[in-house]
Amino acid sequence: MKPRGVPVLLEGAKSRPQAILSHYRERIRTFNSRINAFITVLAEGEADRMPHAGGGILGGLPIAHKDIFVTRDVRTTCGSRMLADFVPPYDAAVVERLAHAGCTLLGKTNMDEFAMGSSNETSYFGPVRNPWDLERVPGGSSGGSAAAVAAGLAPVATGTDTGGSIRQPAALCGITGFKPTYGRVSRFGMIAFASSLDQAGILARSAEDVAWTLRAMAGHDPRDSTSVARPVPDYVEALGQGVRGRRIGVLENCFDTGLDPQVGERIRDALRVLERLGATLCDVRLPHLSLSVPAYYVLAPAECSSNLARYDGVRFGYRAPGARDLADLYRRSRSEGFGLEVQRRILTGTYVLSHGYYDAYYLKAQRVRRLIREDFLRAFKTVDILAGPTTPTPAFRLGEKTEDPLTMYLNDIYTIGVNLAGLPALSTPAGLVDGLPVGLQLIGGDFEEALILAAAHAFQGATEWHRLEPPGFEDSES
Amino acid sequence: MILARDQIERLAALASLEVGEEDAGRLGHELARILDFVRELDTAVTDDIEPLTHPLELSQSLRSDCVGEPVDRDRFQRDAPQTEAGYYLVPRVIE
Repeated sequence: MKPRGVPVLLEGAKSRPQAILSHYRERIRTFNSRINAFITVLAEGEADRMPHAGGGILGGLPIAHKDIFVTRDVRTTCGSRMLADFVPPYDAAVVERLAHAGCTLLGKTNMDEFAMGSSNETSYFGPVRNPWDLERVPGGSSGGSAAAVAAGLAPVATGTDTGGSIRQPAALCGITGFKPTYGRVSRFGMIAFASSLDQAGILARSAEDVAWTLRAMAGHDPRDSTSVARPVPDYVEALGQGVRGRRIGVLENCFDTGLDPQVGERIRDALRVLERLGATLCDVRLPHLSLSVPAYYVLAPAECSSNLARYDGVRFGYRAPGARDLADLYRRSRSEGFGLEVQRRILTGTYVLSHGYYDAYYLKAQRVRRLIREDFLRAFKTVDILAGPTTPTPAFRLGEKTEDPLTMYLNDIYTIGVNLAGLPALSTPAGLVDGLPVGLQLIGGDFEEALILAAAHAFQGATEWHRLEPPGFEDSES
Repeated sequence: MILARDQIERLAALASLEVGEEDAGRLGHELARILDFVRELDTAVTDDIEPLTHPLELSQSLRSDCVGEPVDRDRFQRDAPQTEAGYYLVPRVIE
């Protein structure tokens, strides 16, 4: 039996919602210890606190939330010792909306600490393993969500994407990952890392499943002043638009250096599929795209150093015991509560924002950010979609890149530009290299979610890559 | 380039972090590499380019000034490490 999509699950949930829920709970019980995808699994009964369980447009759909979305009365750790015992008093907007739509919460998924990482190895709760090869990373930071969906422990999971944290793990785990336009989904209750880059999105098996979920998640929220008041199109209905007549710009920058040649071949094959489906291809080069990673590693740490200043061991979160005075309490609570990568980024951010360096680093990076966004906007005057690989290589081995932060940072080389520009983008499975999944990235203009979902849906209608299941994790239940 | 120990200590003080002696050396090296790497930004000509603080050019929205949800102090303080009579407790500040 092939994995079931959201429409099939919703149909089944009408008559036997408990059976569907039990199926996923049972799979979590059986498989989670192998991949460590969940930090918290909800017990039977706990999930029933959801006010509208059963009803709504996603009535009876089980869902997993990345442990960065606060959940009322359910522990929310953000993958950190700092929040290991934090039980939020409210629900994030994303959690609330999906609950109102009828989703039932399975549990909270593992992630890199405060979403800072590309391999899920910075989590205080241990690394997640890639279901395709347990010795390899699932990607990050939404690694738990990606592994859970790939292993069939949840049909859909939420994630957040600051520099590629949905698309990169989706690519490495062989599933579909979607980052909407900045402002499309409310960030209220989403624990902040870099506020001008963070955006909530979805990890699922197919573009169709993303469309169903996004329809319930997107929309204006007065509690997030950066959420945009624009009507939410019917993403499900728009899936039928296909890709015929679309102009696709192939991001040639991504094929230059550092790309695994076999990954490159799979992406070229995938582009030919899109061409066969009626799209026209042309080459595009974005002159400043190569500066995305340096710009990001100034701006994201700067915003993180400011956002994480709130963790002081006083109102909530970890408090170090035996502090001498107040300053000592702050310092020790933060040093013991935050892991190494988080502290590295706070220090980097503090440096680039400090007197004497602000102009040279922070302002310079913001100017380059504008150049990068303008590159994208210029490209979208002549093309509808930009396409290329999601990652330079398939999943790497656990521990392979933990020694050198820069090597790890370069994993997000193809995904980071999209965050700086605020655009929507999707990663779809596009083949295997040595038995490991490869992702094709499709990028759209501002608020063109429907267009790239339709393109991905057409691609998935013509290919089988998104239907593959990792060996040993096949979901045989009908 | 390498960040000297006193520079790391100053950054740590600004960020309210405690960096041990052995970590200071390693962090000095790592931060220096990251900062060298991001200097690639200097290759871009940005003389007349306005900084982009935000991907969407938004203006701050206002809400009407009316009573929203109540503040449930007791519930909020359940997550606090130490409280007493509605106050958050910290180590003695004034001797």
